[in-house]
Amino acid sequence: MALTGIQIFKLLPKTNCKKCGFPTCLAFAMKLAAGGVEISACPDVSDETKATLGEASAPPIRSFALGTGDKAVKMGAENVMFRHDKKFVNPCAIAVNIKDDAGDDAISAMAEAVANSEIDRVGQKLRVDAISIECVSGDSAKYEAAVKLVAEKAPETALILNCKDAGTIEAAVKAVADRKPLINGTTDGNAEAMADIAKANGCPIVASANGLDALSALTEKIKGFGVEDIVLDSGARTAKDIVEHNTQARRAALKKSFKPLGYPVINSAIRDDAILEASIASVAIAKYASIVVISSIEKWKTLALFTQRQNIYTDPQVPMQVEQNIYEMAEPTADSPFMITTNFSLTYFIVSGEVENSKVPSRLAVMDCEGLSVLTAWAAGKFTATKIAQYIKESGIEDKLSHKELILPGQVAILSGALEDKLEGWTITVGPREANAIPTFLKSKVS
Amino acid sequence: MSFVVPKETFSGKVLAVDFGKDDKKITIGGENTLPFLSFEGECPNKPAIAYEIQDCPPDDWPETVLNVYKDVSSDTVTWAKYCQDELKADAIALRLISTHPDRDDRSAEDTAQTVKDVLAAINVPLIILGSNHIEKDANVLVAAAEASSGNNCIIGKAQEGNYKTIVAAALAHNHKLIAMSELDINLAKQLNILITQMGFDKTKLITDPMCAALGYGLEYTYSVMERIRLAGLAQNDQTMQPPILGDVGMYVWKIKETIAPEADVPDWGSIEERGIAWETVTATSMILAGTNLLIMRHPKAVENVKKTIDELI
Repeated sequence: MALTGIQIFKLLPKTNCKKCGFPTCLAFAMKLAAGGVEISACPDVSDETKATLGEASAPPIRSFALGTGDKAVKMGAENVMFRHDKKFVNPCAIAVNIKDDAGDDAISAMAEAVANSEIDRVGQKLRVDAISIECVSGDSAKYEAAVKLVAEKAPETALILNCKDAGTIEAAVKAVADRKPLINGTTDGNAEAMADIAKANGCPIVASANGLDALSALTEKIKGFGVEDIVLDSGARTAKDIVEHNTQARRAALKKSFKPLGYPVINSAIRDDAILEASIASVAIAKYASIVVISSIEKWKTLALFTQRQNIYTDPQVPMQVEQNIYEMAEPTADSPFMITTNFSLTYFIVSGEVENSKVPSRLAVMDCEGLSVLTAWAAGKFTATKIAQYIKESGIEDKLSHKELILPGQVAILSGALEDKLEGWTITVGPREANAIPTFLKSKVS
Repeated sequence: MSFVVPKETFSGKVLAVDFGKDDKKITIGGENTLPFLSFEGECPNKPAIAYEIQDCPPDDWPETVLNVYKDVSSDTVTWAKYCQDELKADAIALRLISTHPDRDDRSAEDTAQTVKDVLAAINVPLIILGSNHIEKDANVLVAAAEASSGNNCIIGKAQEGNYKTIVAAALAHNHKLIAMSELDINLAKQLNILITQMGFDKTKLITDPMCAALGYGLEYTYSVMERIRLAGLAQNDQTMQPPILGDVGMYVWKIKETIAPEADVPDWGSIEERGIAWETVTATSMILAGTNLLIMRHPKAVENVKKTIDELI
């Protein structure tokens, strides 16, 4: 359990020496309790106190990286059960599994596909985060060769080495040690040997057990061998297992401060049918997985999963914003209708969707209003006649149009008079109040 | 330290609502814990899925889903029978879209006949939806409620601007009712209160907090649903205990990801699977947030969501 400021204060030297940068030990203790500073800032505190405070101040779910470099994926550090309480912190990594006996061509092709999987969605770069190499051949040399091939063809992607044989794992880990692969295949039987390999190479480790009871014992055992960067595999097979185990593990860590389950979670969503696999993977993403493993990365599948992950991990307190721009729909000409709205992502998605549905070539100006919707932006003074006029003038749109007619959202019809005054020579037309009336409105405009 | 399963018990319970008749009757809701957490509570009824059909050819549906129904969708009754007999639909949702003034502006009386014809042809439960035009729905749904009297249908959607006449019709003809508000837990609660104040039994209500497609505001729907569930279960808020509807198909099958051909967006992959996956993942996300009743369009998406549900229970 986290300590209070007063509890921490009792453990400090109480000298008010100010070496930590705070005027008093009490002020430092309060800041420590709030998580804004590290205990190491105090030079005089005893090692024993450091250990006590370190344990108490550790986040309820341990945080560390999968992989190395710019494309490493942070995991763990979650604080809540529900995204409406607070933003989910570290988005679930999407990993694809490949078997070591798939053949060099297939392995190369998969690794290259992962290396080239990056796409851009609403300003975020999204990609397949990791490759899991599964040992099914039972042949150490073959496994090591497959691991090396993947590492070479996907030089920045995080690696997960999935093999239960410690000897095979050791050779493979050494071959790609600089990539800090996640070692997957540790059970009660081989825990010491696997932990030794992980420790020697500074790699994180997956603890695999059947159920959370056995898993709790195993993580304690692994921790006892000196490895703390642990990922949980509860043996979840069905979607039900995924939801129940992940919920119980997160609850235990967050609400009961149960350290043996205070780690990120890995789930397999591998299914024979690619669409079912996408569905099961989406269960894991929504319900607390830090890594979800799938068997194939068709573009449509990863697009759906990236998008769902983005939705679930969006900050509920910060509106998603779209870049200010004049968006062209269905190849507009100089005569095409010209509309304006605000840059709240939901507003943009709904309005642009309806404009596209209308199939009427059009332009949609999306004005930066700090991510507020039309009525809210108007009420907040960000979507006013003056600001709209300024934006339209500076946008250079006049050169692209043969007309000077701007269609205003119906919700802010009140602005039309003032806007006509400020935008000389322009006609302001009041559009529909609701987006679903846009197709009819646009069709009537061009017919 | 030994592991103790961290169970939570809730004082509230989601109301169980049935619709349809005889052995085809479906019951949704009834759980006293969050979705699928049967280790700590009861989840007696799994989420149900209704196939969406319309009272006119679905010209505005994208090809992926239009093609599935191309031989049957020119006639509403044929379409309904196809869903029931060939696709083994558990329920059917008939959307009276042609009544919208911007579509065919079909009259309420005409529509009533379609409702009767469909009911005569099927025995699975029927959901009857308006065109989401506030004024027109007030007439159309009243006529539809009368035409389907005695069939224990779900009628909807009643909204703030038109609920009074629709509630009265559902009451008079003993139907279940969908109350729809726009992505706001307080509006959802307020509408439920207004409706029950008219004497409508809260055990016959279904809440539609408004759906959104994956990538198009799904997170808002997801969190509003989770908050409604928590209000009903943890705080035992009686007004937040009706089952939840996810009207998934109509939101999914109009966005770019289900329409744009692969040639235009090569990074997005096959349009066919993309559309099906989009509807599947949207629906799966909804049931994890608390949806009890889904309305969907593509049979492969329905099939995969059903398989997911079977894995979840």
